[in-house]
Amino acid sequence: MLIDFFLKLKSHKLPVSIKEYLTLLEALQKGVIGSSVEDFYYLSRTALVKDEANFDKFDRAFSEFWQGVETIPGIEAQIPLEWLLKQAELTLTEEEKKQIEALGGWEKLMETLKKRLEEQKGRHQGGNKWVGTGGTSPYGAYGFNPEGIRIGQDRSRNRRAVKVWDQREYQNLDDSVELGTRNIKVALRRLRRFARKGAPEEFDLENTISSTAKKAYLDIHMRPERRNTVKVLMFLDIGGSMDDHVKLCQEMFSAAKTEFKHLEYYYFHNFLYDFVWKDNRRRHSERTKTWDLLHKYGHDYKIVFVGDATMSPYEILQPGGSIEYFNEEPGAVWMKRVTDVYQKCIWLNPEPEEIWGYRQSVQIVKELMGGRMYPTTIAGLENAMKLLTK
Amino acid sequence: MRFSGTEEYVSTEDLTLAVNAAITLQRPLLIKGEPGTGKTMLAVQVAKALGVPLLEWHIKSTTKAQQGLYEYDAVSRLRDSQLGDPRVQDIHNYIIKGMLWQAFTQDTPCVLLIDEVDKADIEFPNDLLREIDRMEFYVYETRELIKAKNRPIVFITSNNEKELPDAFLRRCFFHYIRFPEKETMEKIVEVHYPNLKKNLLREALEVFFEIREVPGLKKKPSTSELLDWLKLLLSEDIPPDALRSKDRKTIIPPLHGALLKNEQDVHLFERLVFMTRAKGN
Ligand SMILES: Nc1ncnc2c1ncn2[C@@H]1O[C@H](COP(=O)(O)OP(=O)(O)OP(=O)(O)O)[C@@H](O)[C@H]1O
Ligand SMILES: [Mg+2]
Repeated sequence: MLIDFFLKLKSHKLPVSIKEYLTLLEALQKGVIGSSVEDFYYLSRTALVKDEANFDKFDRAFSEFWQGVETIPGIEAQIPLEWLLKQAELTLTEEEKKQIEALGGWEKLMETLKKRLEEQKGRHQGGNKWVGTGGTSPYGAYGFNPEGIRIGQDRSRNRRAVKVWDQREYQNLDDSVELGTRNIKVALRRLRRFARKGAPEEFDLENTISSTAKKAYLDIHMRPERRNTVKVLMFLDIGGSMDDHVKLCQEMFSAAKTEFKHLEYYYFHNFLYDFVWKDNRRRHSERTKTWDLLHKYGHDYKIVFVGDATMSPYEILQPGGSIEYFNEEPGAVWMKRVTDVYQKCIWLNPEPEEIWGYRQSVQIVKELMGGRMYPTTIAGLENAMKLLTK
Repeated sequence: MRFSGTEEYVSTEDLTLAVNAAITLQRPLLIKGEPGTGKTMLAVQVAKALGVPLLEWHIKSTTKAQQGLYEYDAVSRLRDSQLGDPRVQDIHNYIIKGMLWQAFTQDTPCVLLIDEVDKADIEFPNDLLREIDRMEFYVYETRELIKAKNRPIVFITSNNEKELPDAFLRRCFFHYIRFPEKETMEKIVEVHYPNLKKNLLREALEVFFEIREVPGLKKKPSTSELLDWLKLLLSEDIPPDALRSKDRKTIIPPLHGALLKNEQDVHLFERLVFMTRAKGN
């Protein structure tokens, strides 16, 4: 029965491991608690949940378990397709059926799904941490095999996946979800990993001394630098609908600040022109010339722009296009100057990637960035970081 | 060995249970919680309650895992060799024992506190995995294996400044000390000021919890600030009435500087009170 409890936690996507489960068993064996459920609740929590952010999830799982409410096992597989199908059994409308036809019919849809599955599987094996899979293939572990779905055999049944797909019921499992508080931690971890890489050698004083003392001759040691050397210069779009997103990004980078050697921020509005500012309240009085930045910060800085890149194309391409003041030179010229000086430039766009294509300005900016625009999803961030560290 | 709180430390049921699980299974207990919720004090009190020695290792941003095991003072040895000091012959003279070593070689079990583990480099916890798991390590300079005579009871505190690696977390029990509710807080205060008048305590706690609710505070007052403040109230002989008003939001409580240490917070708070007052008039 305890294993059911363990699986229940997993099904709630709690990152519990076998090791911790065994610890719980051991504690029970050794009589750490009496027989009250409350004691068991505390014990299992202290043994299994290592992050208070997961307590709520744990509580829900726990109460569900003790009420004996059954949910469908296997939810924790990345694409719980069978489950989705069941969920949607009763909900597909005529209109939705038409939509499926419009999308090229069921077969095509399933193809896409399958491709997506494969992608995710690949990513998983690529070392991504998926909640609840514990490093094994989710497909094996939960008996889910894409080949095994009877695609198209039972059309009326299978179609119903679409509805749920749209609802994105499993979006927590998906690292293409926009950053929220839930996965901000994961993103942070990756940011740190990013900050840690690229360690050049530094003089190892301690080792040199001890080795010299031992050998009685000067024996110089080098070591990879532990503190990282990554320097980041951020430009944040401020003063609009983007503020919240931008703030999120800023917070994220700040939280990882200890991992960067330098981290500097500047603000802009919509696009980069001949000046930026540091303090948004004093944006009109205390401006910094973009030229000065180009001289002040060395070529080894990595540049991160954050903004929705959504504006009139004039704002990028025309002199005087800025909505703030009259800019002598078009923003695109300024952007080119930046990308010429700094090799590593990226643009993080908090807007969902799906809509980028509909906005001309986003396309222009992306082009100016040499295609290096990323969504602020975990996957997007990871790709961005990969590029910055290359 | 079983812990059940002490006269000086109020332990909630879940905390007590976590401590006992850690003692029984001989695994480290990781403690997180807001500042001032008694994380550090817990280890002190557990050692006291069990009557075992306490070893404290306070972590700084520059602390390395190796320092908890031992350090080899090569510089002294080099110097001694140049001065012809005979001590130089014995390498043991230059091995400085770290906290883990000291804990491992105690004759009785002991409590080892690793305080504020999150201050160190993110690699720090990983570098200690084996030592904490196996309770042994190897001294290369002297070719010795140091093995724990008695597994110490390890408490690790964190203020959440950095995330801890999963491998490390899997080896620990975990407890998050929630900010005490009024009832628990009353008990904690009683532990510190057994003779405090009931009505003063009540009024003071009201004020305290209200200030904690003020939106936008940079640092909410914690247990330590409450205790400091009470001490001041007592020494200044402030009557409970001074804390009360028909509408508490319109007075600034006496000695509030003890609760709000941050200048910005004090300003914010005073502004709020004045605003409420102005509205009332
Ligand atoms: N449960 C408690 N029982 C008795 N006293 C307590 C309790 N919790 C906190 N205190 C009091 O609050 C003070 C602060 O506790 P302590 O220093 O252990 O907090 P901490 O969580 O380690 O804080 P920090 O995160 O700032 O290190 C203690 O000196 C103690 O007097
Ligand atoms: Mg402390």
